[in-house]
Amino acid sequence: MDIALQHQASTEPTTAPAPWGRVRRSRHVADRALKIICTLFTVLGAFVLGWILLMLLVEGIGGLSPAVFTETTPGPGTQGGGIANAIVGSLILTFLGIVVATPVGVLAGTYLAEYGKSSKLAEVIRFVNDILLAAPSILIGLFVYMLMVQPMGGYSGWAGGVALAIIAVPVIVRTTEDMLRLVPGSLREAGAALGAPMSTVIIKISWKAARAGMVTGVLLATARIAGETAPLLFTALNNNFWFSPTLMGGVANLPVMIFQFALSPYENWRELAWAGALIITMSILALSIVARLLLRKDKVR
Amino acid sequence: MVALSQERLVSSADAPARRSTPPSFDRLFRLASLASALLVLIVLLGIIGSMIYGGMPAFREFGFGFITSSVWNVNEDQYGAWVAIVGTLTTALIALVIGVPLSLGIAIFLTQLCPPWLKRPVATTIELLAAVPSIIYGMWGLFVFAPLFANYVQVPVSNIVEGMPIIGTILYARTPSGVGILTAGIILAIMIIPFIASIARDILDQIPSVLRESAYGIGCTTWEVVRNVLLPQAGVSIIGAIMLGLGRALGETMAVTFVVGNANRLSGSLFDPGSTIASRIANEFNEAIGLQLNALMALGCILFLVTFTVLVLARLLVSRVKVG
Repeated sequence: MDIALQHQASTEPTTAPAPWGRVRRSRHVADRALKIICTLFTVLGAFVLGWILLMLLVEGIGGLSPAVFTETTPGPGTQGGGIANAIVGSLILTFLGIVVATPVGVLAGTYLAEYGKSSKLAEVIRFVNDILLAAPSILIGLFVYMLMVQPMGGYSGWAGGVALAIIAVPVIVRTTEDMLRLVPGSLREAGAALGAPMSTVIIKISWKAARAGMVTGVLLATARIAGETAPLLFTALNNNFWFSPTLMGGVANLPVMIFQFALSPYENWRELAWAGALIITMSILALSIVARLLLRKDKVR
Repeated sequence: MVALSQERLVSSADAPARRSTPPSFDRLFRLASLASALLVLIVLLGIIGSMIYGGMPAFREFGFGFITSSVWNVNEDQYGAWVAIVGTLTTALIALVIGVPLSLGIAIFLTQLCPPWLKRPVATTIELLAAVPSIIYGMWGLFVFAPLFANYVQVPVSNIVEGMPIIGTILYARTPSGVGILTAGIILAIMIIPFIASIARDILDQIPSVLRESAYGIGCTTWEVVRNVLLPQAGVSIIGAIMLGLGRALGETMAVTFVVGNANRLSGSLFDPGSTIASRIANEFNEAIGLQLNALMALGCILFLVTFTVLVLARLLVSRVKVG
């Protein structure tokens, strides 16, 4: 029995018990502390997100102007300029990455869920995929540098696209597999009972049933690679011009442009970096939210 | 109608039963899936291979001393990884110390305390923290957080601890600029929160509610349920989730490059600038030639081995969180 409780009980025997009821006070305090601390932590997390978005809005909106979307990035010491080449470059690189990654990721996920299931090989690939999912993206940049930039003799948009694809594949594999596993086996059996071969069952039944989830996976992968900077540093690099149609040489892109301009001594470069940061973050957040809304279930990362 | 279907039957009688997809397509599809799955394996092997191949000259030149030496001199072509390794481990450790309690708190809030209508918005908000590109965290850290941190933490703390033994070294800022190892650790902590929190939430959600209800039934408070029922149940899986966060923190590049200060200096103070493996690669790789390039590759190789080990441990500890 707590002293405070005893005291209260002896002085006012007829009134209601203390706010913590018949629970020992220390237990009540520990419980309250847990609730308050957990709520505070959650509020802190939301607060940081809000703070970052606010910072982007405050700093970025001032830099937004029509010129941002029409002119190319300015050279050192020149005034004005925009980031049109970086925006288009980013779109192309992300598109390249997703176009390469989607078929590979979907087929690999299909193998894991439909063919491999719990075989040794499938287990190993699942394991490797989980590791690739969390592997440092800068190492993927180094790998593609060795694989493509050195042999091809220079930075290129193709290398950037491949680096982004390597980052996107594990995301797509994981969601595809998870979504295909949700498809009830009886649907497949019904297809097989009609005499359809395995490939038809997968394409016309499994994929169709898991469509929304698979699209979500691709969208999440797009959101993931759209903001990746580290792997592009060594593959697509960046420059201040419109890139050549063959995508050889440096290809301007938003993340690397932001990295270089944000740390530069020129005022207009920094403004463009903020404008670019605002554009890229808002697009990625919008993409992530759309992906989540598309999948009404709360279970996929 | 009858005649029509009979006619159809007759016409299809001598055709093979499967017309829409020939068996060769079936085999092709299977092979394509297998090849794609193997590609994932090959990419990982390729990453390991290229790191070892690229780093070999540096390892051969400096031997084991590459890891223990703290010299990084481009002019004299002398390279050692110690400063970067220490910086990487210190920032990741700080990130865990700060990030893990925050993430667990958020997971507990989401699974135990949050009213149902608030669950989805809050969970989405926390997950959106993971969607913010790391370079944006870097800009926030450098332009917003670092000045505040310098003014309201570094300067007062330095004044208080100056002259004290040990603490006076660890928490003393010679030049309170805001950037440094501790700032990098704090930014990393924020970045790993969504990963740890979302896995921890899934793990807590999977614990049978009978356990929780019986604990409440004998009169436990929420704290006691969390402490004595949920955490022991989740135990090892939570450690796995933490390791996954550690893997992220070790390899994070852009945000750290912005705020770590990029100095090749081994300092006793957490407020001083340093560098991590990833930040050094990001900073120097494009201008590197010859042995410096190989040394950076060797750094990448070390980073890969460390994160690989951590991630394998994480994967073994956290049994794959099942969907549905």
